[in-house]
Amino acid sequence: MDGSVEPQTPVSLGNSPANSANGVPEQDNSIDKKDFGSHMTNEEQGRAQSTSTGEEQPSREGTPPPLPPRPKNLQLLDGRPQTSGSSKPSRPALQSKATTQLSFADTQSYSDESKDTSSSDASKQKIGPNRSGSEADDSASVKSYVPTLEVGGDTESLLGEVLTGHDKTILKSLGRPFDSTSGRSERMFPDDPEFEIAFEHEFDEVEEMKADGSNEEAVMNHWRSKLKHFLILSSAGKPIYSRHGDDQLITNYIGVVQTIISFYQGANDVLRGFTAGEVRFVVMSKGPLNLVAITRLGESDSQLRSQLDALYMQILSTLTLPSMEKMFSNRPSYDLRRPLQGTEMLLSALADGFTRGSPSTLLSALECLKLRKSHRQAINNALLKTRSQNLLYGLIVASGKLVSVVRPKKHSLHPGDLHLIFNMLFEAGSVKAGGGENWIPLCLPGFNNTGYLYMYVSFLNLENLSEQVEERPSSSAAAQDEVAILLISANKEGFFELRQMRDDLVEQLQKNGSIDLIRTAVKKGRPSCTDIVPGSPIRHFLYKSRGNVQFTMPSFEPFFATALDRRRLINLYNTLHTHMHARPTHLKVHHSTSTTNISLAWITPLFELYCVAPSPTSRAALAQTANKIIQWVRREEERVFIIGGAVF
Amino acid sequence: MVADSGAASGPKPSSSVKLVLLGEAAVGKSSLVMRFVNNDFQENKEPTIGAAFLTQKCNLPTRTIKFEIWDTAGQERFASLAPMYYRNAQAALVVYDITKAASLTKAQHWVAELQRQASPGIVIALVGNKSDLAASPNNSGSSSSGGSGGALSDASTAGDDGDAASSTAVGDGDDGDEDEEGEGGDARKVATKVAKAYADEEGLLFFETSAKTGLNVAEVFTAIANAIPETSLKGPRGVGGQTHLGGGRQEDAARVNLTGGRDAAGPKEGCAC
Repeated sequence: MDGSVEPQTPVSLGNSPANSANGVPEQDNSIDKKDFGSHMTNEEQGRAQSTSTGEEQPSREGTPPPLPPRPKNLQLLDGRPQTSGSSKPSRPALQSKATTQLSFADTQSYSDESKDTSSSDASKQKIGPNRSGSEADDSASVKSYVPTLEVGGDTESLLGEVLTGHDKTILKSLGRPFDSTSGRSERMFPDDPEFEIAFEHEFDEVEEMKADGSNEEAVMNHWRSKLKHFLILSSAGKPIYSRHGDDQLITNYIGVVQTIISFYQGANDVLRGFTAGEVRFVVMSKGPLNLVAITRLGESDSQLRSQLDALYMQILSTLTLPSMEKMFSNRPSYDLRRPLQGTEMLLSALADGFTRGSPSTLLSALECLKLRKSHRQAINNALLKTRSQNLLYGLIVASGKLVSVVRPKKHSLHPGDLHLIFNMLFEAGSVKAGGGENWIPLCLPGFNNTGYLYMYVSFLNLENLSEQVEERPSSSAAAQDEVAILLISANKEGFFELRQMRDDLVEQLQKNGSIDLIRTAVKKGRPSCTDIVPGSPIRHFLYKSRGNVQFTMPSFEPFFATALDRRRLINLYNTLHTHMHARPTHLKVHHSTSTTNISLAWITPLFELYCVAPSPTSRAALAQTANKIIQWVRREEERVFIIGGAVF
Repeated sequence: MVADSGAASGPKPSSSVKLVLLGEAAVGKSSLVMRFVNNDFQENKEPTIGAAFLTQKCNLPTRTIKFEIWDTAGQERFASLAPMYYRNAQAALVVYDITKAASLTKAQHWVAELQRQASPGIVIALVGNKSDLAASPNNSGSSSSGGSGGALSDASTAGDDGDAASSTAVGDGDDGDEDEEGEGGDARKVATKVAKAYADEEGLLFFETSAKTGLNVAEVFTAIANAIPETSLKGPRGVGGQTHLGGGRQEDAARVNLTGGRDAAGPKEGCAC
């Protein structure tokens, strides 16, 4: 059944080794619990501790092996050593989160109920550990050694979120009257003011440190409060990039990280990641560079690695691999910031994209503009017809979605390369804001990391095609509706050749009406869930076609209109994705239920599907809708995906 | 905007001029172009990647000049691509930031490279940008009078600061000016006199501009348009032969002697921007 492609009964599939390892008897329960411990307890369970403790077990299966106990922890734990291992992940919250306790009026009373009479500032963090306390012990010790080996990171980093998320769910359910079921059906995610505030300020600039250091503490606190950091340093310990904070601020941290990394390198061991409280650190050493991702967002190690990979590829895209290696081989202490000058914004745009949450990065896939097959064919033909001599790749991109591609038969496009290009054009904004036409030397590391290609970029003003050559588009207006033509060549001096091709292409597209079709499709946006499956309870889904390395999804609106709600949705997808891809499990179908939502992940050799619905939805209904989504995609396959493209 | 309708200027001869902007990163090259082409200004603009290509018309009394502008990225790593952009260019804007002394040094390097490697007839304008950050705008004497290509040589021969226009006096002038302008709120680090002296010595057009306020921006381009010798303007595509970025050198036009050529530059006639 596990291998079946047919979406008959996804609900009953999915038996994770974790379950069997723990000998959790009830299949049903285990499916529910294993994944989404953070949200799965319902309100009753949250309150009645005795019943929930048993249930908790699976959620802490991934508990990392207890780190060497730190004095601080012991003190806080107040003589409950058995919880030390499992309580650690939530520990660091103590510092930064103490204030938020005030917002939970019921926290105190709850703590009292649970006979937690220890110091009040720790009470919130202790709720989780307390409840599952000793019962969790055996499972922790059994499971804990598995993660440390190969797969460990993924599960481990999740735990931070599981635990803290768990606490929050319970707190929330306590803080809210019971009859609020109607409100609950509206909201997909439990309230979490702490996260909301942190996320709201996540993209604020960290203030500069004043010369006299008078604002040092405030700056440091601000820096520490960030949910996500990226640090890039050379193997000699020179800072290259930091998402937040200036040099003065990060120097110490760079030093510490470098010391830790080189300690392991000295022992001929590779440090891949570690957890400090609820913060996960993932380290990636690539030749002369060390890249570090630091997150509180509960992403898995492999997800963080793919983000670091993208940053690394961005650096290669600027420098090429051989020239970067040469810089360091000449002088190991080389300051790479000089040759990278001006690309900080590209790295930051990538980092911000990861912080906002990007389905494209999560799935390592591209999204295409939905067009009828014959319409796409007409565009492909125009591309082929106007193709100029030295063209390598030609792309038409509309608001970050691929419209059409022309490429040589022997070269396909690497999604990572396209992600870098899209990031440069649509996120970083410098090319767009500059206006005019652009001629950009860049290395596409997925294609060839040793040399440069040259990319001609022209943004079309769909409303007034004739204007775009003469006038810079106003930077603010209609960012969503922009269509870019990208023509890539290995010929450094090919600008005017490709410019001619652009002119010919636009003329063709106008003549055969494709411009209008593209404009219509862009305006129409993504279909809504109910367009796809009428009457469906589903709020959102991601469908990845594994063969095409492309994905499709419905519009975020109206349920995920804000950046915060999108981030939470992505968090949910992250979790599902982590479970599906955690080795060595290889789940096929995975269901998870929480107080506020129910979600399904389903993987076959052909596709990956992730979908979410509000919690009153039944599993059967969810599974049924999933089937309908699959049917829809099959029907629309040649519209939502580019299959083949224009090949020469 | 400058771009008067082509029909109106129909009888006037129209010609293309390839113009390249060079200069250190973050001196405001793209902002100057954006002000000239779109009459727009963007605070904290992100750095240019590679190069941007834009066009803008400039109407002179006797002819219409269509600028084909290469706005290059100032970062060091793009320097090796610069020849591709200045080859065949009839004009160059070498930009520095008046609040950053090192940027003038970089500009001088670009001027030297252009004089060595670019078309012999190339018209070079040295532009000190961000004049809005200087405390006393009246210090930028030459820029306020810089309405045409003639302004430069007029000023230097008039001798108001012509005495300082020798390389030995540059250092002194710098100090003197810094002292004068060292009052509160003045971020100026490059004295007008110093840059002007250098420009005179090398036979460059010179302006201090502010892309932010628009001060002198149109004037720079008009001055360049006026300074382009008629002989190098051949038809709408110009001599540059825009079918390639580079291509063969243009050998016909001799290096323009701006001091001598000011009479040919025609009367002052600003762009309409």
